[in-house]
Amino acid sequence: MKKRSDRFSPAEYGIFAAVTIAVLFACVCIGSVNIPLEDTAYTIWAALRARIRSWITGAVPALPEGLTASIILSIRLPRVLCVAMTGAALSIAGAAMQGLLKNPLADGSTLGVSSGAALGAVIAIAFGITFPGLPFAGTMVMAIAFALLSLLIILGLAYKLDYSLATNTIILIGVIFSMFVSSLMSIVITFAADKVQHITFWTMGSLQGTGYTDALMLFGALAIFGGAIFLHTRELNAFAVGEDNARHIGVNVRRVKLIVLITVSGLIGVCVSIGGVIGFVGLVTPHMVRLVVGPNHRRLLPASLFGGAVFLMLADLVARILLNPRELNIGIVTSLVGAVVFVFIFYRSRKGR
Amino acid sequence: MLEVKDLSVRYGDLTIVDGLSFSVAEGQWLMIVGPNGAGKSTVLNAITRGADYTGQVLFEGEDIRRKKPADLARCMGVLMQSHYVSYSFSVEEVVSLGRYAYSSGFLAGHGRGDTDAVEEALALTGMAKQRNQSVLTLSGGELQRTFLAQVFAQDPKLLLLDEPTNHLDLVYQKQVFSMIAQWLKTPGRAVVSVVHDLSLARAYGSRVLLMDRGKTVALGGVEEVLISANLDPVYRMDVRAWMRQMLSQWE
Repeated sequence: MKKRSDRFSPAEYGIFAAVTIAVLFACVCIGSVNIPLEDTAYTIWAALRARIRSWITGAVPALPEGLTASIILSIRLPRVLCVAMTGAALSIAGAAMQGLLKNPLADGSTLGVSSGAALGAVIAIAFGITFPGLPFAGTMVMAIAFALLSLLIILGLAYKLDYSLATNTIILIGVIFSMFVSSLMSIVITFAADKVQHITFWTMGSLQGTGYTDALMLFGALAIFGGAIFLHTRELNAFAVGEDNARHIGVNVRRVKLIVLITVSGLIGVCVSIGGVIGFVGLVTPHMVRLVVGPNHRRLLPASLFGGAVFLMLADLVARILLNPRELNIGIVTSLVGAVVFVFIFYRSRKGR
Repeated sequence: MLEVKDLSVRYGDLTIVDGLSFSVAEGQWLMIVGPNGAGKSTVLNAITRGADYTGQVLFEGEDIRRKKPADLARCMGVLMQSHYVSYSFSVEEVVSLGRYAYSSGFLAGHGRGDTDAVEEALALTGMAKQRNQSVLTLSGGELQRTFLAQVFAQDPKLLLLDEPTNHLDLVYQKQVFSMIAQWLKTPGRAVVSVVHDLSLARAYGSRVLLMDRGKTVALGGVEEVLISANLDPVYRMDVRAWMRQMLSQWE
């Protein structure tokens, strides 16, 4: 077998970035109205230049105008940016969880963490929980808090029932927890019947109509929580070999576990509060990536970051154009792909015993 | 080097280890023997902070509860009896993890000393040729040697082994035990191992702790402890006669 280097070279990062940007441009160009690449590139460039000039001079930016420009700048670009970062965030959250629990099937959607986060967001909407001055904070904080709470409940139950956290135990608990959460969700909806339309959005998953503020939130979450995960690649490698082994070689297992659980909850909570439940992204991407770059988190995490962005942008593209002019929810596309991959991984992991 | 005073481990109402005291000095190989359920593995678990205990465990005079995980890992390493791996890490990646306690922080890569330690461990365990092979494709014996290499790379002063050759056939059993005996020859090192096989305990041990139901039955040199007067009541059979009978099959 060929020797794998411990980390990627700058050239490899360049390729990843180039592919991601190419897909991003393609997704901005293609849609119900196709816009030529030159126009797209020119519009984005002109808008960027105007923004930078206005920062320097303090004048009102002279943004490009017209229908094409407004489709690109106020609809497609912010949406595609949000999609890319949601994909990246969910993928590294999934990769981190799979390493921590040494289980390739662990993910926000399979464990029920995403549903838990959605429940938090729904409660915030139904009962009007907000923080003064921060319009986003209500749903976001509740989503993060409920994601963490869900993880603690699920893992608490799993450790109680089966210390080795076997695949079957995790899946079973995930299924039961998801059912429990969806019944709670129904109760909340009964109390807030006037907001049903608004609430069902969280359970379906869509990034339609997202703006630059959402993109900024996602970027912040990626920088803080994603950054914290990237600081623990070696610990995640140790956990992926085994938790007892990690303790024996000197990893502070309690601390690392707590940090990873909090950061994963943060990532999932922010994603859910912006785009609702988009299932299986954190399962599909790391799995595909692992087949190519191996399980070492020094390579797995960066590759999942880019791979997740590309995967979700393509899924969103399919959701937009498949039944054009009608639009599918992105969560439906990822779940279709995800369910197949899930069965495949489950089959392989059982055969491996 | 290691001093254990009045060690007890309880799970709820159940007392698994009951007031155990022993010590291990440099150059010694302490064998912990006893029937199933005697609490042998739990003793090792407590020493490596994997189980809560009462009493005191001192390493070179310092309470292990006051050591940070990485400091503790530089003092003692552990080899478990079996490993279930679920990702295709290479042999070298698993062995390199043994150096975790020596470098911390995000950018801390492998220094010169780390590379040397990993190379030496791979060579000592005969896994150098398979360094790039996925651990998922290794046989039980090769996997155990990979983790032995990891703990060698960790370069601890005290090596704790929990029935290290339980699942291995004879060739690997012999290999692993002679590798550890070789490792022990360097001054400043010691070994504690839990073993089932009383003949192995005799052959490699310098001291023996015989346990039954969480308590010490006998503690001392091999010749003092492994005698019929101690063994027969614990195992409820004539151990020596059985061993001789087994051996006579070969004559």
